[in-house]
Amino acid sequence: MSYYAGVDSGSWTTKAAVIDGEGHVLGTAVTRSGADLTAAAERVYEMVLANSGRTRADIEAVWSTGFGRNTIPFADGSRTELDCHGRGVAHYIKGPLVVVDIGGQDAKVIRLDAAGHRLSHRMNRKCAAGTGSFLDEIALRLGIDIGDLNALGRGATENLELSSFCTVFAGTELLTLIRSGKRPADLAMAAYRSLVKRIVAMDVLEGRIAPTGGVVAYHPIMVELIGAACRGEVVVPPHPQEIGAFGAALAALAACETQDIADTSDTAELVQP
Amino acid sequence: MTELASTNALRATMGEYYRALADAALRKTAPVAWCTSVGPAELLRALGFAVHYPENHAAMIGAARTANRYLPLAHAQGYSQDICSYLTSDIGAYLAGESPLKAYGLERAPAPDVLVFNTNQCRDVRDWFEWYGRELHVPVVGVHSPRAIDDVTEGDIDSVTRQLESLVAPLEQVAGTRLDDARLMAAMRASRDSARLWGACLETASARPAPLTFFDGSVHMGPAVVLRGSDDAAAYYRTLLAELEQRVENRVAAVPGETLRLYWDGMPVWGRLRALSTMFAEFHTSVVASTYCNSWAFSDLDPAEPWRSVARASLELFISRSEAPKERYIARMVEFYDVDGVIFHDCRTCPNNSNTRYGMPGRLTERVGIPTLVLDGDVNDLRCFSDEQARTNIEGFVEQLTDARGAAAPRGAR
Repeated sequence: MSYYAGVDSGSWTTKAAVIDGEGHVLGTAVTRSGADLTAAAERVYEMVLANSGRTRADIEAVWSTGFGRNTIPFADGSRTELDCHGRGVAHYIKGPLVVVDIGGQDAKVIRLDAAGHRLSHRMNRKCAAGTGSFLDEIALRLGIDIGDLNALGRGATENLELSSFCTVFAGTELLTLIRSGKRPADLAMAAYRSLVKRIVAMDVLEGRIAPTGGVVAYHPIMVELIGAACRGEVVVPPHPQEIGAFGAALAALAACETQDIADTSDTAELVQP
Repeated sequence: MTELASTNALRATMGEYYRALADAALRKTAPVAWCTSVGPAELLRALGFAVHYPENHAAMIGAARTANRYLPLAHAQGYSQDICSYLTSDIGAYLAGESPLKAYGLERAPAPDVLVFNTNQCRDVRDWFEWYGRELHVPVVGVHSPRAIDDVTEGDIDSVTRQLESLVAPLEQVAGTRLDDARLMAAMRASRDSARLWGACLETASARPAPLTFFDGSVHMGPAVVLRGSDDAAAYYRTLLAELEQRVENRVAAVPGETLRLYWDGMPVWGRLRALSTMFAEFHTSVVASTYCNSWAFSDLDPAEPWRSVARASLELFISRSEAPKERYIARMVEFYDVDGVIFHDCRTCPNNSNTRYGMPGRLTERVGIPTLVLDGDVNDLRCFSDEQARTNIEGFVEQLTDARGAAAPRGAR
């Protein structure tokens, strides 16, 4: 049995997945990217091998994706995260669909046709608004751990608005609201709504919508808000944070299958004089 | 990438132009006029002015990647970071007392005797020139063109014609000479010949493989911009055209292994011209044509009807037009150059040359079925450009187009 791996080197976290030749996930892993992307990739690869009960020798091919995709020396190939998120989601959810990936430092809207082929993509402008960094900033201002923001937002009772486009100004606006006596739960929910507004402004979100990324994995409230803001059916794929790494593993599998076909075909006619 | 041998001739031609400009400014061999890039250059040439183009100067600042040193100086004067970064980097360079023309003995841009604008491209050019007018106590004159035109009407042409004619008297006064009809006709002929030859150079990129790219064009368009009205431009383009035609005949590709062909709309990112050119070549993708380089290929100038034909040419320019003719133009270019996709550069500080803000990319995809990509950036302000995001956007687009063809997708850079 052959196995394939994918490593998604993101700006905040590095993710990995190991799959078998049928595309079944054997294991996933996540680690902080830190400043040394290559070291993070090495670390997460060891973690995912341990989680899936495999060794490096078992892996036929490793492909990389994400912001740091070109910094992974052990990768056999790479594809952009636009490709891998689409590829990963399309494995689980039938198209046509719109993948909405909210990462630490960027957000992407990827349109796929019925066969899972990419039709278009859009990325956020060079700005942290509309990305996971925005929620980190808000948690910092509220003085809570980012992991507690979702639970806090669940307790919201008042419909507050954060009007600023800019993450830094939104933080200032938040402080003003805190000083005016507004409840942290309502402010947390306002931050989520603000983020969703930026996402739905990126493209027309309708039909089947698949949210992915770390923000969706750790802030399920976002899925509900995206559903409420869009005209469509929202379907979250399995392991939404590692879906890019899974897509990279699928790319590795596809590349090996293509290679196998090439290796077994008669290539004599391709030889040039 | 395959370098063009004509680049040496280009360097010589542009060097000669800058030397003459420096002579005019430093040794007073001729009066100096500053002109917007699609302003009435032929009139200025005919009156004996040495003509300086601040947009060319700003592009040099951008290409030298010094713009971000100068921008804060202009912002501190109250010129917003959201307005034209050509304007702000050029004024900033002046305030810093620096110029990319230092190699020609100019510590700053050549001191003008008059500033001449045409607002056919944007309002910023006028604001730009008026800053210098106040700073240097130099007259500012210009043409106020209608903008966002559907079809150019006789009324539009009448208006611009009259404005052009009214420039003659004040410019004669600055030049200290009368306008000579024969010199004007000669300048018109030179401009027309240069524009036609430049247009022909660009059209060679319809061949497969394309012999030049948008990135080559952005460099080789120099004479078409700064030597309008001079025979030197046409002479250079005869050399370039011969090389390009030879390339077409020998099937020499600007991007070896050309697989995909793209069209670029909007301004270049001057500080990343080389980096982007290298990146596309790495993906075996040739950006074969652009709206930008074509903007100086106005070939309908008529020496027999100088004022009206200059007026018509300045109004028929892509940038002067409304969304509908712009969209039709790009659709024609998509067909002519047989491209696989269109990249729209959304230039943060140049709304007039960013055709992304009123839905055009989506309409174009719907109308002609061409995939489009919007790339965020800026002409000179590199704070508005993210290398990593641009790379992912472009590489993702290349993957999409390659997959759509059913060909093997390119591997990312190793």
